Amino acid sequence: MDAEEVSRRLPWGAMGRMTGRRILSAVPVLLAVTFGVFAVAAASPFDPVKAYAGTAGLTASQADLDQLRANLGVDQPLVRRWWDWLSSALTGDLGDSSVLRQPVADVIAERIGWSALLATAAFAIAVLLGTALGVLAARRRGGWLDRCVSSAAYTLEAAPAFWLGLLAIWFFALELGALPAGGLTDTASDTVTPGQVISHLVLPAGVLGLSQLPWFFLYVRQGVGDALDEDPVRGARARGLAERTVLTGHALRSGMLPMLTLIGSRVPELITGALLVETVFSWPGIAAATVQAATSVDFPLLAALTVLATAAVLLGNLLSDLLYGLADPRVGFDG
Amino acid sequence: MADARQSPLQKVLGRSTRTLRVRASVIIMAVVVLAVVLVPPLAQLDQQAVDLAQKLRPPSWAHPFGTDDVGRDLLLRCVYGLRVSLMVGAVAALAATLIGTAVGAAAGAFGGWTDRVVMRLVDTCSSVPHLLLGIFVVAMFRPGVWPVVASVALTHWLSTARIVRSEILSLRSRPFIDAAISGGASRWRVTVRHLLPGVVPQAGLAAVLMVPHAMWHESALSFLGLGLPAHQASLGNLVQSARGSLLAGDWWPTLFPGLLLILPTLAIAGLVGAWRERLSPRRRSELML
Repeated sequence: MDAEEVSRRLPWGAMGRMTGRRILSAVPVLLAVTFGVFAVAAASPFDPVKAYAGTAGLTASQADLDQLRANLGVDQPLVRRWWDWLSSALTGDLGDSSVLRQPVADVIAERIGWSALLATAAFAIAVLLGTALGVLAARRRGGWLDRCVSSAAYTLEAAPAFWLGLLAIWFFALELGALPAGGLTDTASDTVTPGQVISHLVLPAGVLGLSQLPWFFLYVRQGVGDALDEDPVRGARARGLAERTVLTGHALRSGMLPMLTLIGSRVPELITGALLVETVFSWPGIAAATVQAATSVDFPLLAALTVLATAAVLLGNLLSDLLYGLADPRVGFDG
Repeated sequence: MADARQSPLQKVLGRSTRTLRVRASVIIMAVVVLAVVLVPPLAQLDQQAVDLAQKLRPPSWAHPFGTDDVGRDLLLRCVYGLRVSLMVGAVAALAATLIGTAVGAAAGAFGGWTDRVVMRLVDTCSSVPHLLLGIFVVAMFRPGVWPVVASVALTHWLSTARIVRSEILSLRSRPFIDAAISGGASRWRVTVRHLLPGVVPQAGLAAVLMVPHAMWHESALSFLGLGLPAHQASLGNLVQSARGSLLAGDWWPTLFPGLLLILPTLAIAGLVGAWRERLSPRRRSELML
């Protein structure tokens, strides 16, 4: 079956309709989230004028502050402010970030690539390592390897990612001196070279991957273990196929395919991990900017990034449902 | 896992590791709870006692966890930190469970459009990543303990609401509910007297399982500098304040608070897993986290 035939066989119509439905239902969700963000900010004791003015606000005259207040439109009613923000956001103007001193749209454009790189590398590590360990553990359930790796996985699941990151910095950067402790490039260099980026990527991607690993491992172990007890595998064994073929060709295929499609639904956990890991390793990504925005109450940046994260979660869910429908035709594209 | 197949480890130990795990969980939880409850009032020790001559000493007999960068005993600091973390975690988990139960019960008991609107709201909230929403809430209301509790409660009630709603929906189709309704009981009475008691076991389990989650959430917020104020140091604060020492090569102020966060999590998960098995022995659960 060549690529053209595969592409012809895919249920493009059903997938397109599902995508359309999901986009339509994402609109009210995103609107509700933006409104919620504004409502929380309106209920909080925090004063956007003081936040915007920063230390200059301590010495500014009351007239200047009042002018600033009028410019920022703080005294407008909640719904009006929300609507203003929304209409300018739709034209691409997300306001200015006070902590990073640049337009929010620029912050996102500059940083999202680095976050995507980190996330991709982390997922690759988690999927590859999780699959390998999961198959090995499922092959002999209850054996010593299964016990060791499963206990390690549960422990790892309970371990906070920031703590793992700090210990990794201590061991690999300080004790061994093998890898840089953080940032994107060496402090002395002012150009970004691929070699430097890779060496700076190893630790954050490893820790983020490790924090996602337990879930992948446990899923593969469960999926492959269940598949090993089913009839197709028994049939394959009865036909005298090699254990290796049974394991990778039959059990892994039927146990793993549904699992791989679920990667998209892991976006919330990935964002949570990235918030911590990017901060620990000073990775110049979007999650680190979110934490900076929160610590200095930079509302425009925080609002935009919250909405962006929600959109990423919805997109991940859609992707995983599409892939799941493809992997298992019984599921279909009705959701 | 078939119990007939015994691994060498099990043969050596003479009993299944399942029992061992439960026992270990009970012991760990007992030690943690006793330490947290008894040490602060009984021990005449000051966790803030500074001793600059003893700063950054590695673990020893005098200081089993070592000392921090101003010479405070880390074991004592960790016990106090665990106390704060556990208390914040328990209060936040309780608050989240109450919110979740109320919302889930309302959705399940009223049904119809109330149910649809409420569950749509739950779906919307759950599409914002937990920690991000938590960070947002804390950033807007900090500093203090209550914003942290609110942040955890407002992000964690969703799963409880789903559990309670589905339990109530399944209870509603039982004959005794029909009997109560045909006996003339009001909707309020049916909900409070007949439906809610039925969801208590599930909601209770969810609440216990939520405590480690809440502790994790709180420590992450505190680590990011958005959580508890420094004078109410939790385990997350301890890890945060140990960053400077870590970069100087001293690992113990970072290692031990993190370990104390992992141990109760595993112990609670082990206990809840055992309890679930007791409730439904056919579905032998794996250790649930």
